[in-house]
Amino acid sequence: MTRKKRRLYIVLSGVAVLGLAAALILSSFQDSLVFFHSPTDLAEKPVPAGRTFRLGGLVEEGSYVKEGIDIKFSVTDTANSVKVTFQGLVPDLFREGQGVVAEGQLNEDGVFVASNVLAKHDENYMPPEVADSLKKAGTWQGKEAD
Amino acid sequence: MAVDLHKYANPKRFLSIIGAIYPWAALLTVGLLVTGLYLGLFVAPEDYQQGDTVRIMFVHVPAAWMGLSIYTMMAISSAVGLIWKHPVADLSAKSMAPIGAAFTFLSLVTGALWGQPMWGTYWVWDARLTSMLILLFLYLGYMAIWESFDDYSKAAKAAAILVLVGVINIPVIKFSVDWWNTLHQPASVATMEGPKIHSSILTPLLVMGAAYMALFTTIYCVRVKAEILGRRLRMLQINQIQE
Repeated sequence: MTRKKRRLYIVLSGVAVLGLAAALILSSFQDSLVFFHSPTDLAEKPVPAGRTFRLGGLVEEGSYVKEGIDIKFSVTDTANSVKVTFQGLVPDLFREGQGVVAEGQLNEDGVFVASNVLAKHDENYMPPEVADSLKKAGTWQGKEAD
Repeated sequence: MAVDLHKYANPKRFLSIIGAIYPWAALLTVGLLVTGLYLGLFVAPEDYQQGDTVRIMFVHVPAAWMGLSIYTMMAISSAVGLIWKHPVADLSAKSMAPIGAAFTFLSLVTGALWGQPMWGTYWVWDARLTSMLILLFLYLGYMAIWESFDDYSKAAKAAAILVLVGVINIPVIKFSVDWWNTLHQPASVATMEGPKIHSSILTPLLVMGAAYMALFTTIYCVRVKAEILGRRLRMLQINQIQE
């Protein structure tokens, strides 16, 4: 019995120590584990012009302008927003009020020049009729940053 | 508790239980898969954002659930094998591994096929996708360890340790979408506020989840029986050589 107990404690403490180590490592690499930076992150920790990173948030309502293949829009997290320019095709899900992740660099004017634009969707799934009636009833909860 | 465990650890009794479960699990698999696919592909409505593409979810999400839960079951089974030296526990974990790997692979492939039309990319290195890929490698590593030792108990021990080290990855996968911002959206079903999927889409998803669970049980019954009988054969051969 004591040998079994000893093995039990070894396994339990081993997993606990590994879990702690993993937690410490993951939390210290917090900055590099995020897939994108929000406009607020950018305002707090400015990224120098010319450095490639990903910017994520919502496509600001009323900001989307398309001229040929030139696309302009703003990415917002409701607190801050950043102007983005992009040349090319955007995913089907790309629309105003919808999540977006753009990869590119800031230019000298503080405009984000995207080389790639990905759409991000939220965790809500429902038939179109339900979405419509929620919007009508004013209980619409979609369009959140995450 | 300990007494109960020993009762099931008896390979003979375990095999008879497995034999009784197997036909029912197989029958249930067929019924649930047909129902789930029919509900998912024909009855469920389109999504308001994604249209028909949302139907990939019925194959993708339960596969990911299985990838995680089979790994967790393997970890528990391996811990039991390591600590209490049950004769069946290691073989049980061993027979789960390829099934878990297959479900994980399925979730990665269907996720890529879903990502291309919705996100605009097959793959990104965000925390969710990367940790899920690590899970596949853990499964493959586990299977490789079993193959690379000649000595059964050494293989069982090394494989069990790998599974238990890798179990850290399970909460990381689950909470990756909450801890870090990712391209993958947060959880829709297992959330604090309840499911964020309309019942007409949630029902087929849960049926498919049950179907995958039944499928896993069916394949597991076959595999674990083969493993136990194979092990018994091996022991008989060794005994014969020694005599």
